[in-house]
Amino acid sequence: MTAIEFSDASLKFPGSSRWAVDQVNCEIERGKLVVILGPSGCGKTTLLKMVNRLYEPSAGTILVNGQDIRRVKATELRQQIGYVIQQSGLFPHMTVAQNIGVVPRLLGWEKPRTQARVDELLNLVALPPEDFRDRYPAQLSGGQQQRVGVARALAGDPQVILMDEPFGAIDAITRTALQDEILRLQQQLQKTILFVSHDVEEALRLADRILILRAGQVVQYDTPFNILTRPANPFVYELMGADDMVRQLGLLRVETAMTDAPPDYRHTEAEPTIARHDSLREALSLILRTGARQLTVLENDIAVGILTLEHIRDSASVGVGA
Amino acid sequence: MGYIFNNLDEVWELLLQHMQMTLITLAIAVLLALPLSLLIYRYRWLNVPILGALGVFYTIPSLALIILFVPLLGLNAQSVIAAMVLYTQVILVRNLVVGLQAIPPAVMEAARGMGMTSWQRWWQVQVPLILPVFLAGLRLSAVVAIAIATIGAKFGAGGLGTLLFDGIAQAGRYDKIWAGAITVSVLAFAFNGALLTLQWAVNPTRKLYKSKGKVRQHLASATES
Repeated sequence: MTAIEFSDASLKFPGSSRWAVDQVNCEIERGKLVVILGPSGCGKTTLLKMVNRLYEPSAGTILVNGQDIRRVKATELRQQIGYVIQQSGLFPHMTVAQNIGVVPRLLGWEKPRTQARVDELLNLVALPPEDFRDRYPAQLSGGQQQRVGVARALAGDPQVILMDEPFGAIDAITRTALQDEILRLQQQLQKTILFVSHDVEEALRLADRILILRAGQVVQYDTPFNILTRPANPFVYELMGADDMVRQLGLLRVETAMTDAPPDYRHTEAEPTIARHDSLREALSLILRTGARQLTVLENDIAVGILTLEHIRDSASVGVGA
Repeated sequence: MGYIFNNLDEVWELLLQHMQMTLITLAIAVLLALPLSLLIYRYRWLNVPILGALGVFYTIPSLALIILFVPLLGLNAQSVIAAMVLYTQVILVRNLVVGLQAIPPAVMEAARGMGMTSWQRWWQVQVPLILPVFLAGLRLSAVVAIAIATIGAKFGAGGLGTLLFDGIAQAGRYDKIWAGAITVSVLAFAFNGALLTLQWAVNPTRKLYKSKGKVRQHLASATES
């Protein structure tokens, strides 16, 4: 099922001669995390903000859950769509609980329901409610603020969430932790997330699909693996750093490269093993570290395949010619 | 001091007139300053012309400013109030504009993106955030207004200035001069104190420092992640 659908969605800012967003056609499947990726000024934030009508399209239509967004009152539409921004945008005069409770209050929820929801969400983003409920944003670290920002966006239980470079201003270590958190939350909640980023690593880590924009136009919309191995043009190739073999291996699973183990295969204790869902990057690292000629691929402690350095090299060369 | 107690009714009457002038001035001034500030906040290029013009009025001596209004509004409290309103505009507008502009754009964008109407954004986000700065401006305006209202007595506006000017005119009635001066000062201090208290009460960051131990503990855990 499609959660967000762009049909020829375009936007030209008044006084500008070029289209900021130029005839974007794309369908975002329900429950998927799609990263909009591109260099600065490519229109990715503009495209995002068209979904909750912070910007109105000059042409084309956008459907959210099958409904033309222009037929919904802007404020009502926004209350149904979660929104996380870079600088967290927490209200400094409100406590953490009040911040998270904003949308429930706008939706007219009863107080006890809102309070229960606030505690539930604080637990979800790993901030113990009894510790954090009554704090003010100024009393939180950058990472904690962004967690509250995510909790606030989830408060009204929206199906669709927009995230505008939410971790862009956060140090690398905290950013990785927050990305893990998003992956964990996504596994649990299955929201449709549209996530703007200019960070290729972030996109590769988080995305089910990546939408690459350039000068307002969609250049490629595909899975991270396909984008890396079959870039649509030299721009994508360069943007993704697709010539970075090690990065590419990090996205490939062992099972895609191994050969099946022969029926009579028995692996010796000395031979290193790897799980079939691990990445080829980990496999390569293991081979280099142990000096072994081949790895035994295990699934539930049973040998299911064999992986050699040659297998890895063959896999890596798939995308290079493109 | 003796004069105040011997003529309590008269002094009380003048004090009320003085307060009335001040409060009317502040009410009109705020009603005028709000739309002006919002206009500047919306159209930034208006900042220089509007605040510049208000600044020019502020540099005119208050006595001269009142005289300018006399041909229009007559020799009464109205002329004095008009001058005081104009005089306090620069303080109020400047503080309101600074307060509005100090709200981080991300906060306003979040408010919009979460589905607040402009009315809800005004009352739930902008008003609480600009209130401390606005009250600081109001406090300064009140003190200025109380001072200028004293001169108003010269223009038939009444108020505590009457005591001062009478005292001077009646050559050597120092008791009247003292009575007027003391009462005006007490009034100014009272307004100042009341607004200062209010300013403190509405400051959201005040709550951060309610208990020192708690804050230290908060700061410690804030640096962890």
